Amino acid sequence: MFFIKANYSHPAFQQGVKDISSAAPGIAAWGMMIGVAMIQSGMSIFDAVLMTLLVFAGSSQLAAIPLLVAGAPLWVVWATAFCVNLRFVVFSAHLRAYMMSWPRWQRLFAAYLTADLSYVQFVKRYETPSQDLIGQRSEQAYLAGNCFLNWASWMLASLTGIALAHYIPPDWGLGFAGVLALVGVTCSLATSALKRISCLIGGVIAILFFTLPLKLNILMAIACSVFLCLSFEMIYLRYLRRVEVEQGE
Amino acid sequence: MNEFWNIVCILGLALITLITRSFFFISERQWQLPAWAQRGLQFAPIAALSAVIIPEIFMLHSQFVFPLTNARIYAALGGTLFFIYKKGEGQVVLGTILFGMLIYLPLHLGLGWN
Repeated sequence: MFFIKANYSHPAFQQGVKDISSAAPGIAAWGMMIGVAMIQSGMSIFDAVLMTLLVFAGSSQLAAIPLLVAGAPLWVVWATAFCVNLRFVVFSAHLRAYMMSWPRWQRLFAAYLTADLSYVQFVKRYETPSQDLIGQRSEQAYLAGNCFLNWASWMLASLTGIALAHYIPPDWGLGFAGVLALVGVTCSLATSALKRISCLIGGVIAILFFTLPLKLNILMAIACSVFLCLSFEMIYLRYLRRVEVEQGE
Repeated sequence: MNEFWNIVCILGLALITLITRSFFFISERQWQLPAWAQRGLQFAPIAALSAVIIPEIFMLHSQFVFPLTNARIYAALGGTLFFIYKKGEGQVVLGTILFGMLIYLPLHLGLGWN
């Protein structure tokens, strides 16, 4: 949590801030676009501000806005948002090994603030969860710093978008800066051949299953990539072992 | 009354953000992900990002955009090349955004490409 001194005075906090700062303009552009979209779809300023401050999840907001404005039943809006957010459930399985040593309320609070980019940069920086207290302190501080700047730039931009909604035409395409930020982060993740393959599979599957409702194509893409890359890795390891055995003979 | 339900709806959405993001560590119960699953999850982040990006680049309103006049393809390609050229060092994501927008905005606003 960014307001705990042990976190914000830790050097890893600044590292977290620094890592996300490079992508912050993209996050801001995307957040601003969501702010504009809320008002232009007909939400009241009060609702839009409340949604921005509490929901803090761009893609699920984008999916929920038209339903909310149209007065769809509550459970439909909630089910939609839940499905759009399903990728976070996968991320939470991944983060579990890092976070279980933290007190519960800190764990939940940190998870609430951990959007896509913070998760991605966190597991890139700490590839395996540390077993000792020093490492865990560093992980906690890094995540706090990363989430803090991500949250702050998102909030500022989204509220600005709400305020300026009538002056920013959506067809300027400023939201595309958000996509470009993700392009940059994706490049920084492509550190091994298998990860580049995972990237390729994810993109192809997401397009092939684009017609699935509720952004389930993203979940499908994650599942297929993880499954296929694990299989490739296993086949490759088996091949290496066979070569070793043959050379040993 | 309508306003009341809007607030309930938004509070529910906030709760959904919390529940989905903390799903597997709400409970204190001891269990561990099998090792193969933990290893497999290292491929999840990049797959998730590319699953978000690729349709955003190649499609518009659920339709494929003719690739030769799709400004977003050139911009994403330009951004990627910039990243490779910089070898991923420094504030390179920022550079990717700026370089990409430098390609995108003239093509999009100037030539009216998608």
